[in-house]
Amino acid sequence: MAVKLMQGNEACAEGAIAAGCRFFAGYPITPATGIAEALARRLPQVGGKFIQMEDEIASIAAVIGASVGGAKAMTATSGPGFSLMQENIGYAAMAEIPCVIVDVQRGGPSTGLPTAPSQGDVMQSRWGTHGDHPIIVLSPSSVAETFHLTVQAFNFSEKYRTPVILLMDEVIAHMREKVELPSAEMIEVTERISTDVPAEWYFPYDEAASDVPPMVSFGEGYRYHITGLMHDRAGFPTLRLDEINPWLTRVFRKIERGLGEIIMVEEEWTKGARTVVVAYGCTVRSARHAVRMAQGKRYKVGLVKLLTLWPFAEEVIEQVARTARRIIVPELNRGQLALEVERVAGRNKVRRVNRADGEMLTPQQILAAIEEK
Amino acid sequence: MQERYEIRLAGEGGQGLILAGLILAEAAAIYDGKNAAQTQSYGPEARGGASKSEVIISEGEIDYPKVIKADVLLTLGQEACDKYFHELKKDGILIVDSVNVERVPTTRAYKVPITKLAEEATGRRITANIVGLGLLVGLTGVVSRKAVEAAVKARAPKGTEELNLKALAAGFEKAEELKKEG
Repeated sequence: MAVKLMQGNEACAEGAIAAGCRFFAGYPITPATGIAEALARRLPQVGGKFIQMEDEIASIAAVIGASVGGAKAMTATSGPGFSLMQENIGYAAMAEIPCVIVDVQRGGPSTGLPTAPSQGDVMQSRWGTHGDHPIIVLSPSSVAETFHLTVQAFNFSEKYRTPVILLMDEVIAHMREKVELPSAEMIEVTERISTDVPAEWYFPYDEAASDVPPMVSFGEGYRYHITGLMHDRAGFPTLRLDEINPWLTRVFRKIERGLGEIIMVEEEWTKGARTVVVAYGCTVRSARHAVRMAQGKRYKVGLVKLLTLWPFAEEVIEQVARTARRIIVPELNRGQLALEVERVAGRNKVRRVNRADGEMLTPQQILAAIEEK
Repeated sequence: MQERYEIRLAGEGGQGLILAGLILAEAAAIYDGKNAAQTQSYGPEARGGASKSEVIISEGEIDYPKVIKADVLLTLGQEACDKYFHELKKDGILIVDSVNVERVPTTRAYKVPITKLAEEATGRRITANIVGLGLLVGLTGVVSRKAVEAAVKARAPKGTEELNLKALAAGFEKAEELKKEG
């Protein structure tokens, strides 16, 4: 495919198409509207469906329904809409329905700063819906990465039967960069595991064969029950302890067993670094610039870029904490992922650099933290 | 060319500065084969309010995608001029639309009646963004003329390609004139 100048939102839409997404339901909201706009144009070209719903609650509900019907499905929103979607994200986690939710973060709370970047939804992406539940959250730091992580989000959601959240920010969503999209045959696409056992033998939540039970689409002759209540292997509500506990253990175990591929991290110059900056999303861009400036001043400093925010990259941070004297966590919020880094590395080692006024952190602000004695 | 060249286009929402930035970035990245990153910043209003577009052009990888200290500032409004002048490099180039900017903070600025030139060239004030773009490229040479022409053709709304190319040419013409004057 040709080299293009493309926005993060467009790259997200193209990534979705490449991953096999054929259904989008959403409600327009800055700065995520570009994704809906692009998919409204692209989905009909590939035989997919685009629906603008009446609100965000209906949007995620439609996405869940489409997924149960067998389609790879996605929605995209920003803070206020993401808040509205939380209940049904929990439903998707409980019923183990694959889907991708894109949250392009903007300044909050409430309607906040619609056109300005933020990373204020990090904790909401993990714990926005109530109750213990597994979730995967990915966060891109460039337009090209947005394409790849969108594909990855679909692959993980299908492979693990779980909602996956792509946590973007206004800078990455609206920024235009040069990208070379890979051709279709270069892209690895995961399909959900189905089965052809006779309908009367099919149990949608049977863990005998795998932690990720095969999922058969509605409409293929298999009748089964889906509920947000705790359920047995057939999908019917249960209060039996010997069914509740195994379910809970299994849905967390299915993600834990995949951590090797789910946790994506890139280390730059971390070997022998005394100071390591841990960043994600658009803040990676400020951080890398700052790290290069500091290296020019002979500081031994490296960068850890987190592409996966949840589950948290504990082992990587543990490793870094063993050798580095100081870990700097710049974020466009008042300190959210820093809480996790502090939990793993210890509070004494961690310096936070925060900004939540709708502007990007400048390289100078991060450099100042690196230079601080 | 230096490692990192930073351009800021600032004015009000509706003046087409984000489109101008996009065209400039596309000229650099697609038609001149360099790297470019374009970002934008504007308020929640549909029209009016402060608006700016930033383009970073580099032969190498671009990490921080926003302006640190601008090499060029093109401003179509007084407020934007006052706000961003101090973020211009010492030897940076300031281009102002003298129709909208009355108080210019330095004598070392290109004061050009951009909106008036647009009206003369195309009969439409709304093409001031493209006149400004032609002027900026003509004065700085940050991308080739061929590249920016191709990008204008590709990105101008359908049916307005010729109109916008005229506007671009008017900007280039003025730049040549100014360069001769020294």
